[in-house]
Amino acid sequence: MPGAIHAEGLVKTFGDVKALDGVDLDVPEGTVLGLLGPNGAGKTTTVRCLTTLLRPDSGTAVVAGIDVLKHPDAVRRNIGLSGQFAAVDEYLTGRENLQMVGRLYQLKAAAAKARAEELLEQFHLVDAADRPTKTYSGGMRRRLDLAAALVVSPPVMFMDEPTTGLDPRNRQQLWEVIKQLVSGGTTLLLTTQYLEEADHLAHDIAVVDQGRVIAQGTSDQLKARTGGERVEVVVHEREHIPTAAEVLRGFGKGDTTVEEHTRKLTVPVTGGAKLLAEVIRELDTRGIEIDDIGLRRPTLDDVFLSLTGHVAELTAEENGANGSGDPAAKEPRQQKEAAK
Amino acid sequence: MSALNDSLVIAHRNLIRMSRIPEMIIFGLIQPIMFVVLFTYVFGGSMTVGGSTDPDVYKNFLMAGIFAQTVTFATAGAGAGIADDMHKGLVDRFRSLPMARGAVLTGRTLADLVQTAVTLFVLAIVALLVGWRPGFENPTNVGKVLAGFGLLLLLGYAFTWIGALIGLSVRTPEAATSGGLIWLFPVTFISNAFVDSSQMASWLQPIAEWNPFSATVQACRMLFGDPGVSQSDAFPMAHPVWASLLYSVVIVAIFRTLAVRKYRSATA
Repeated sequence: MPGAIHAEGLVKTFGDVKALDGVDLDVPEGTVLGLLGPNGAGKTTTVRCLTTLLRPDSGTAVVAGIDVLKHPDAVRRNIGLSGQFAAVDEYLTGRENLQMVGRLYQLKAAAAKARAEELLEQFHLVDAADRPTKTYSGGMRRRLDLAAALVVSPPVMFMDEPTTGLDPRNRQQLWEVIKQLVSGGTTLLLTTQYLEEADHLAHDIAVVDQGRVIAQGTSDQLKARTGGERVEVVVHEREHIPTAAEVLRGFGKGDTTVEEHTRKLTVPVTGGAKLLAEVIRELDTRGIEIDDIGLRRPTLDDVFLSLTGHVAELTAEENGANGSGDPAAKEPRQQKEAAK
Repeated sequence: MSALNDSLVIAHRNLIRMSRIPEMIIFGLIQPIMFVVLFTYVFGGSMTVGGSTDPDVYKNFLMAGIFAQTVTFATAGAGAGIADDMHKGLVDRFRSLPMARGAVLTGRTLADLVQTAVTLFVLAIVALLVGWRPGFENPTNVGKVLAGFGLLLLLGYAFTWIGALIGLSVRTPEAATSGGLIWLFPVTFISNAFVDSSQMASWLQPIAEWNPFSATVQACRMLFGDPGVSQSDAFPMAHPVWASLLYSVVIVAIFRTLAVRKYRSATA
């Protein structure tokens, strides 16, 4: 049985840029799928196609049991969207924003009003309810935006980079809200550039790169694909690198990688902390001074790197600084950059 | 039904916004008041209308022109507002809601209509204060005067749909403001608004007489009993009330269709 969100072969081209190159997704009811990838990977475009904002060039999508292309209006009644840029009217108060959205979800005035009160309460915005939202902090605005997406308690939710640009405290708060929401049985598709966020919130993770889902599975499954743990050593003197490499080869279960400029050596191992102690002793015996040594378990960063051959975070930094702008115009442009 | 309801919800939202940015309304009022005063006192003494150089005649001639110009300036506000909405995340929210497709635009133009009505009301009072007297030349009555204002509001409403299309076509609200205003200067000046079009160069005269804007000005002069009603045989001058209605309805029909289509495909 197809899930609450099901897409097959979504393709979307902007000019000569292929933003989506055949995206397949399936999110079982009541679960969270984290769509993970760098800027321009096609995450936002995927969400826009699934939420009826964009019409894919080809492919099919079913959301909450409804064909997105055939019955976009029916889909809109069953979804909530919380975007990358808090979509609230800055001159309206928090309460007015929620009431307006309620009315546009076709609630009666009284029902919209009552629902707005509930949400203000739930999202700790009661004190700020009658202030124009332009006086809100970034975190408050995101909370209001999320509240607006929940006005009719839709069975399916989409969140496009809900915490991009938020400070750690606000991010943590928003995570708690999202977890609560999901425990209530809502199906959620969440996009993020933060591997930690996907790891934290999602049951399943789909890694997207250049308009395709290149891997999908639980966090553990993805980590397993990258292999086990590794020992990482930073030696003090550059001339010690060859000797250190020789030592590591003795313990390693695979090729040793060396970064000359950072004097860092990495080797896959099995054996955990006990082995690490042996490595330290051996290096010491050979008189190699070390600045740093550690046992690393694979993170999603490593997963991403091993799957795509490039690091996710380089582009993530860029986006954090760029908190506003036209999300629509942005995606194809970034796609172009990624394609270079 | 839902389309009307959604439009009213959006109109309400825009009116709240306007009330929270009162300086916009105030600047919107200062400009036409300044025009009334400047034209009355600077040009008033040196203009000939229907063979008369009496400043009182020009003053009474002028008001319909200023009123009409003022309502068309709502174009810029509508365009800027819509451009602003389109480039914020808010439009994604609207487009993901089960609401009528044209409501975002219709709501905005309705809110602008309310603002135009307020501006026009204040401007009419100022006009009366500086000496505008409906019935100055020909007899009129309250119904005719109100009909004149009705035509002005309709013209203003029609022009906000041009503004909506401009707002959807540009990248920034600033561009929508200037894009909404620049072309209004030739449109409102190559007309019968500020000078008697019979005194224009012979090649310019028909342009002025067929200008949709002139039809409303001519209709208002007739309905208000103002001096300087053009005696031209051109259809919009001979039947200005019908011409004004027709022009406005056609402008709404064309530009609403184009704007709603553009809204649907925008950001897609």
